[in-house]
Amino acid sequence: MLTGVPLSWYLILSAVLFALGVAGFLFRRNIITVFMSIELMLNAVNLSFIAFSYQLKQVNGHIYSFFVMVVAAAEAAVGLAIILTVFRNRSTLNIDDVSSMKN
Amino acid sequence: MDVILFLIFALIAVVCGVNVVVQSHPISSAVSLIGVMGSLAVLYLLLGAEFIAAAQVIVYAGAIMVLFIFVIMLLNAGAETRRGRSFLAQLLGVPLLIAFLGLMAYFVQQLFPGAPAVHFGGFQGGSAQAVGRALFTQFLLPFEVVSVLILIAILGAVVLAQKEMD
Repeated sequence: MLTGVPLSWYLILSAVLFALGVAGFLFRRNIITVFMSIELMLNAVNLSFIAFSYQLKQVNGHIYSFFVMVVAAAEAAVGLAIILTVFRNRSTLNIDDVSSMKN
Repeated sequence: MDVILFLIFALIAVVCGVNVVVQSHPISSAVSLIGVMGSLAVLYLLLGAEFIAAAQVIVYAGAIMVLFIFVIMLLNAGAETRRGRSFLAQLLGVPLLIAFLGLMAYFVQQLFPGAPAVHFGGFQGGSAQAVGRALFTQFLLPFEVVSVLILIAILGAVVLAQKEMD
């Protein structure tokens, strides 16, 4: 019987969540879901910051993950405003239809 | 007890994370993402990060996800139509992802062989007092810069989302 959780389990969970975020970012075609996958990746990185902060017994990792949260909030506000503008101009949410920078 | 709590909430986080990617309707993805964030908040508490756990629930699950759901309902986003999937990606995607994760888990396991296990209460420095002290002494300059960033983001969101007046 284990007495505590090994640190590597937290890091593996963080890696799993990050990989799921990458998969969602690459496979999904709805622009809002792509955006939510980015949030999932940011959360995964926060978990490994907090885990290393526990391991090193320092508060710095908490501060970094706090700043990541702030940047995520700013990014969500601006990104959703951009999505609103794109939808108003193109009336679509599919990222395959928004490809004017492609050629 | 620690191990049981970790396993329960890690399982919830992974299942909800898979659900975020698999669901075709954005509202289902958003609700699953709230599940991921809530279970991550419990894991932060297990790691002794009380302030960050509270901020996770208030800022992420409270503010950001409400913004997401608000935009999804405002735009009346429907289910995603599937088209143009490459056959190779459908066949190899999931097995390759699992193989990659297995390899990474093995290497992470090898990287920290003698690391002490995580106990609840093993680190007391994550209270609001400790985080606030570090934030307003050692990290004062980044804190002020980030407040300017928030201000710019608010202005940018208002400018982008306003209706053009001709």
